[in-house]
Amino acid sequence: MSIVIKRKPLTLMEKLYLPEIARGLSTTFRKLWEKPVTLEYPEQRPTIPEGYRGVPTLVKDPEGREKCVSCQLCEFVCPPKAIRITPGSIPEDSDYAHVEKAPQEFDIDMLRCIYCGMCQEVCPEEAIWLQNQFSMSGYTRGEMVNNKEKLYELGGTLPDEHFKWRKKKESAEKGGGHH
Amino acid sequence: MEDKDNLITVNIDGHDLQVPAGTNMVEAAAMLRKEIPHYCYHPKLSIAGNCRMCLVELGMPGRDRATGEPMLNEDGSPKIMWMPGPAIACGTKAAPGMHIKTDSPKALESREAITEFLLINHPLDCPICDQAGECTLQEFSSKHGRGYSRFIEEKNVKPKRTRLGPRVTLDDERCVLCSRCIRFCDEIANDSVLGFTDRGSYSTLTCFPGKELANNYSLNTVDICPVGALTSTDFRFKMRVWFLTEINSIDFETSVGTNTVVSAREGKIYRVTPRRNDEVNDTWMTDSGRELYKIVEAEDRLTACSVAGEETAATEAIVKASETLRGGKTAIVGSGQCSVEEQFALKALAKSLDAVSVDLVARYGEDDGLLMSVDRNPNVRGALMTGLIDTLPEERLEDLGSKIDSGEVRTVLSVKEDLTEAGLSEEQLSKVDIVFLGTHRNATSEKADVVLAGLTQFEKSGTVINQQFRIQKFNRVVPGPRGCIEDLYALSTIAANFSDEKFPSTVGSIWKQLAGENSQFSELSFQSLSDQGQVLDGSAFEHLPFREGKSLHFEPKREAVAAE
Ligand code: SF4
Ligand code: SF4
Ligand code: SF4
Ligand code: FES
Repeated sequence: MSIVIKRKPLTLMEKLYLPEIARGLSTTFRKLWEKPVTLEYPEQRPTIPEGYRGVPTLVKDPEGREKCVSCQLCEFVCPPKAIRITPGSIPEDSDYAHVEKAPQEFDIDMLRCIYCGMCQEVCPEEAIWLQNQFSMSGYTRGEMVNNKEKLYELGGTLPDEHFKWRKKKESAEKGGGHH
Repeated sequence: MEDKDNLITVNIDGHDLQVPAGTNMVEAAAMLRKEIPHYCYHPKLSIAGNCRMCLVELGMPGRDRATGEPMLNEDGSPKIMWMPGPAIACGTKAAPGMHIKTDSPKALESREAITEFLLINHPLDCPICDQAGECTLQEFSSKHGRGYSRFIEEKNVKPKRTRLGPRVTLDDERCVLCSRCIRFCDEIANDSVLGFTDRGSYSTLTCFPGKELANNYSLNTVDICPVGALTSTDFRFKMRVWFLTEINSIDFETSVGTNTVVSAREGKIYRVTPRRNDEVNDTWMTDSGRELYKIVEAEDRLTACSVAGEETAATEAIVKASETLRGGKTAIVGSGQCSVEEQFALKALAKSLDAVSVDLVARYGEDDGLLMSVDRNPNVRGALMTGLIDTLPEERLEDLGSKIDSGEVRTVLSVKEDLTEAGLSEEQLSKVDIVFLGTHRNATSEKADVVLAGLTQFEKSGTVINQQFRIQKFNRVVPGPRGCIEDLYALSTIAANFSDEKFPSTVGSIWKQLAGENSQFSELSFQSLSDQGQVLDGSAFEHLPFREGKSLHFEPKREAVAAE
């Protein structure tokens, strides 16, 4: 269905034409001396508000332990199936052998990701976070897939409130409830 | 089936139900599609009654002590005397007039209490636990748990990542002490190696000193463990179970025909587990049978057809195979590893080729009286019933050897069988043209003029007939490698090249012909065959000296099992 919008009849000043030109130019000149509201991207970058959902990344805890235990819940919940994980086990001689499980491979396809944040929400280990990074580019499809190394590089270290695995190890060393 | 007179009436949550006397109340409730949560109860093991998860309210019709008369309510119905405390349903057998309440406040309260107790020392490490997704503790905790912990003391620490045996890994912290695994080893595997040590909440499952859980049924403990305490070392951390697609299949290890479920994700098989069939394997399976999926991605897998050592397209190889077979004086070596459909196609081919001989190669091994039979071919009886052969196969093809020597045979079509292993010499093989249809490289495929790369049982559908003459179907789980061709398609295309009639080349269409030609199969079709299989009349073959001995649900027909 088409909508007909009536054109307003022009006032006398508008019909005279030149006064309107002058009015427009005055706005232009006024703004010329004011502080710009745009950014010269990419040289200038915006400040990212807290809680911003940028590129999903993997993080380490302050001890430098990779937090992801490859439970694959994020892979399951991810609506566009952007995440691919190959689970693996932590060798028995590692300091974190008691965590038992860690990802062997972890890929997020940023051509698929819709930045929904479900992965962050579902993660039982608080290991995957959508952080500040918002621009991803590459020349090939392959470059747009973030592998485990890239994900940790992007993610860095975040503070940890629980240190649940450290506590677990400590209680095992103490004999954990056994007298 | 059941004797009608033996049925008694019990009442579950107000519904009357007719069950055979002595029915376990967990099962009786299941008939009404009510689940009584349980951990230690297992239908194929003895009752231990130690987890207390199945508590229900129980009552019996009252009797007046003085007169012995039934006590009645005012409306004339029998008065139910409810027990003051809850009772375990798994340890209760149906008795006339028994009443139980599975969802009364008292029953629910007991369940919640038990769940809270079970979770007190549980490590709550579902993110790294392989059972997550198929764990009854997880399921019942979300249904009957309180969702937060009142426990402020320190949790028990028990051994984790313990090796119980070559195939089983134990995490003691997750164990709910149901003793299913112990009972399995004692009662089914007859290999008592597991037990509890310590008391109370320190109770710990361990192997007897100096022993390990190494019997060929050890992985069944992993299946029946209701939690993630016992896990399969092979499957450990490979894939979360919720990604797996589960397809019903049959174990090709022996002529027992264990029913299985094969789990795969995106074309890759991750594990094989048993499927319940009370007439064949109950809920059990051998460990060795679970490894068979590895043949799919084996090093020596044939992934392309070839002619004279050169890789070719499958269609070309089939044309070449037909040409080779046209030479005449052809002998066919079929296989007990083939499906009924393939054997039927092979028989049609033998007929149109006017084959000099049709043999199968027998494979025999030790039996264990449970789920390993002497006959290591899953489908020798299929070859008998389709008429491909009429006597039991020999282990060595001596007859064929002498026919090659005398020049009576000049071409051999071998389906899946390695002729060298079956007793033919290098020299004999170089005297004949060989067409080989199989899945893995072997001495015969190296020598063959035409190699048709076929599919494994995981990549195709079909039926096999086990030692009870039970026909059972297996389904395709994953697609085959790109260069391979379905065995049935290859055989029937070659057969069609030699006859004027069109020969069906799919499992569904071949069944029409099979049912038409063979009265044994006339009532059947691939689609209608149930997942529990169907027993066919094998009386025509009773005179044959089958070597199978007694196994779980099988008694050999003949008193004296053939002279060995
Ligand atoms: S943000 Fe959403 S789409 Fe992107 S990886 Fe996480 S769950 Fe998948
Ligand atoms: S990032 Fe979190 S949810 Fe995803 S696999 Fe690792 S631990 Fe599990
Ligand atoms: S290991 Fe599993 S099956 Fe064995 S007692 Fe513990 S919970 Fe039960
Ligand atoms: S199932 Fe009844 S006590 Fe465990």
